[in-house]
Amino acid sequence: MKLFIWICLIIVFLSMLGTLVRVFKGPSTPDRLIALDGIGIMLISIIALLSIAFETMYFIDVILLIAIMSFIGTVSFSKFIEKGAIIDRDIRR
Amino acid sequence: MIYVANLVIGFCIAVGVFFTVVTVVGILRLPDVYTRAHAASKSATLGVLGILVGVFLHFWWIKGHFSIQLLLGSVFLFITSPVGGHLMSRAAYMSGVKPTDLTVGDDLGEAIGEQKSHEED
Repeated sequence: MKLFIWICLIIVFLSMLGTLVRVFKGPSTPDRLIALDGIGIMLISIIALLSIAFETMYFIDVILLIAIMSFIGTVSFSKFIEKGAIIDRDIRR
Repeated sequence: MIYVANLVIGFCIAVGVFFTVVTVVGILRLPDVYTRAHAASKSATLGVLGILVGVFLHFWWIKGHFSIQLLLGSVFLFITSPVGGHLMSRAAYMSGVKPTDLTVGDDLGEAIGEQKSHEED
């Protein structure tokens, strides 16, 4: 079981590196934003697997925190790309 | 009993890792921003959900600790990840990223044109 968890951890880490390739060479800014959102989600998976590998409960709180921070970052980045301002008074969205 | 529990947990985590790898292949190989957003939002959500369910069952069955934070985190991810994917695709369309040449239809462009003609009336 321990070996299986470490193998899964290495696979998820390699997929995170593969997503980083898209961040570097993405042709447009929304490409990089999508890849960064994927990296945030894979970071949550890595922390969940590390909490099994280290047999501790203290990493569990970090998962919820990173999920909330990643969602706020995604929303503010996409609003900035869409209209150039994050906080505005446009009623029509 | 521990053996069966480990089997179920390992199956959940293996499904999650498989869909994470599918996400990376989609992000690297698909030709377009919109198809990449499709791959990233759907299969990444399923991947992280499988891994979180596996970790939750591990801490519940092996350690005897019912972790409510993990349930809350997985429900939050299940709600917010499609919303984030929709917002990113919308931002890509509004900032003028062209779809690939294989695209056959553009319904959002027609809808935006109709809305603009209504506002001018």
